[in-house]
Amino acid sequence: MIHLKDINKTYHNGAPLHVLKGIDLDIEEGDFVSIMGSSGSGKSTLLNILGILDTFDSGVYTLNGVSMNNLSENKAAKYRNEKIGFIFQSFNLINFKNAVENVALPLFYQGVGRKKRNQLALAYLEKLGLKDWAHHMPNEMSGGQKQRVAIARALITNPDIILADEPTGALDSQTSKEVMQILKDLHGEGMTIVVVTHETGVATQADKIVHIKDGLIETIEDNTTKKNTPFGMDGYMK
Amino acid sequence: MIDFWQEIYGTVRRNKLRTALTGFSVAWGIFILIVLLGFGNGLINSFKSQSDGLASNSMMVGGSSTDLAYGGFEKGRSIQLRDKEVGISNEMTDHIENASGIAYSPTMSMSFEGEFFDLALMGVNPAYIDTESPTILVGRFINDIDIKQCRRVLVINEKHSKLFFKDYNEAIGKRVNVGGLLYQIVGVYKGRGNQGSNDMYAPFSTVRRLQNTGDKVGRIIFSVKNIATKAESDAFEKEYRKRIAASQGYSPEDTRGIWVWNRLSNYLDQMNGFGYLTTAIWVIGIFTLISGIVGVSNIMLITVKERTREFGIRKALGARPMSILWLIIAESVAITAFFGYLGLLTGIGITEWVNAVMGTQTMNAGVFQMSYFKDPTVNIGIAVQATLTLIVCGTLAGLFPALKAVKIPPIEALRAD
Repeated sequence: MIHLKDINKTYHNGAPLHVLKGIDLDIEEGDFVSIMGSSGSGKSTLLNILGILDTFDSGVYTLNGVSMNNLSENKAAKYRNEKIGFIFQSFNLINFKNAVENVALPLFYQGVGRKKRNQLALAYLEKLGLKDWAHHMPNEMSGGQKQRVAIARALITNPDIILADEPTGALDSQTSKEVMQILKDLHGEGMTIVVVTHETGVATQADKIVHIKDGLIETIEDNTTKKNTPFGMDGYMK
Repeated sequence: MIDFWQEIYGTVRRNKLRTALTGFSVAWGIFILIVLLGFGNGLINSFKSQSDGLASNSMMVGGSSTDLAYGGFEKGRSIQLRDKEVGISNEMTDHIENASGIAYSPTMSMSFEGEFFDLALMGVNPAYIDTESPTILVGRFINDIDIKQCRRVLVINEKHSKLFFKDYNEAIGKRVNVGGLLYQIVGVYKGRGNQGSNDMYAPFSTVRRLQNTGDKVGRIIFSVKNIATKAESDAFEKEYRKRIAASQGYSPEDTRGIWVWNRLSNYLDQMNGFGYLTTAIWVIGIFTLISGIVGVSNIMLITVKERTREFGIRKALGARPMSILWLIIAESVAITAFFGYLGLLTGIGITEWVNAVMGTQTMNAGVFQMSYFKDPTVNIGIAVQATLTLIVCGTLAGLFPALKAVKIPPIEALRAD
């Protein structure tokens, strides 16, 4: 699904900062991977590169067999729209659009008709238990509800992969648990998911944990048995 | 399309006061432009109506007195034009057509059935109608037989016919007494402006015989052709003066021997003047408008800054650069066009109101009447130009903020507050 080979990235704000120093990573279809690392380790940069939100200096990145090197802005927009679903720490809902409109927005950029995309958006909201909140504005919803709207929005284009950047970072432990459960359920349905986090409790929900340190992959830990979960199978550390 | 307008409406609605204030400056700019153009048109139309019906390419020439001593004559010799000079004029076929002499009678009394007033007859040749082209309402103009037989016939102005007759149709064939002789009215011409409606035409030969002036000619009139610019017109006038000077035997350098009413030059001057006036109005109007447009551009910049994160989200969800660009430009055009139209309509309303109130007011100066403002309105062409200006301005106002929004990489846009 995802193939990264020797990805390098340097930021040039004042003194050059070599953030990624040669990342090799393969993610298979149906994987549930978490990327862990302390702040400044380069984990967010890696996720942004995976999501084509950021560019890389050298290396090879193929997504589902398609090369992501040197994309035009239009191509990048197309792939972001069709192949990738984003979930952000701060939800990133558009605050003057209600839940349905927010969820339907990716389909707007595919040119899907208004009626059809709103219908589909409503279906996804229902799946995530937000049917009654469909016409509420984001500022009328709780953090957990907003994140569920964001998940519905990520799912609506039926993407190849879900990329979540600290999806529980702005949520309390109870809603964090709910959101992670949704991701696990999606994984159960066969979705490929990559989660970036610095919370061990969240990271250990994944099948595979990638530890990043100073721009390099330190270890890739197999976590299929969830034996490292601090508080047992369903425990979280907040 | 509905989505498109909803997007714009959504953002405008969130910033009602800001949008209204910006819109006001655009509306004000267009309003000023329309009102200025309307008033300018009023002035121009008013001037134009003064010389209504007078040919713009005719030249009239009369004798005066010399200003330079020449050929043994002292200065101050008076110059009398004669048939010879009419002939000379007609020889200059490159630029002159239909040259003919005009003779004026002394002021005489004209009477009909107890009504009377004083006037001077203007003796003209048939060619005169081709130079000044008065419009004949009924009857005919002076013809060759009138000239040959020295008939006592008159072609009078519509205005004069009203003094004696209820309807100008009644005037034809009537005999009126002019200076003790009976003249038959053979034609009535249409009143035109104020400068040209006092002439009462009689045959040139009749008027000349009346005064027994031999081959003397009061004035020479002709049409000018093949001249397009003021410089050409002035050069032609200079050449003409030289020919007459040679014929009359005064200095070719003398510009006082004859007077020339070069109506083409006057007309070109006037057209230039109107051009300058219109340009000045557009410049003032456009500058007022520009301050409004800069306001819109400024607001769009603020909007782009405020919405940077939203654009980042949109980009992450698959918005192409063009769709972001259009979103901003369309909003800018929508604001500019909407408020611009408001200003346009208000401006047109004001000019129409002024037209209704002042457009018909005239200043009576005794011998002629003059309206300050004649039809001080703008036509549909101006409205179309203004609309195009608005769309272009709105696009320009939105373009730079939009380009700025597009240039921000998605990852930076997502980090913005």
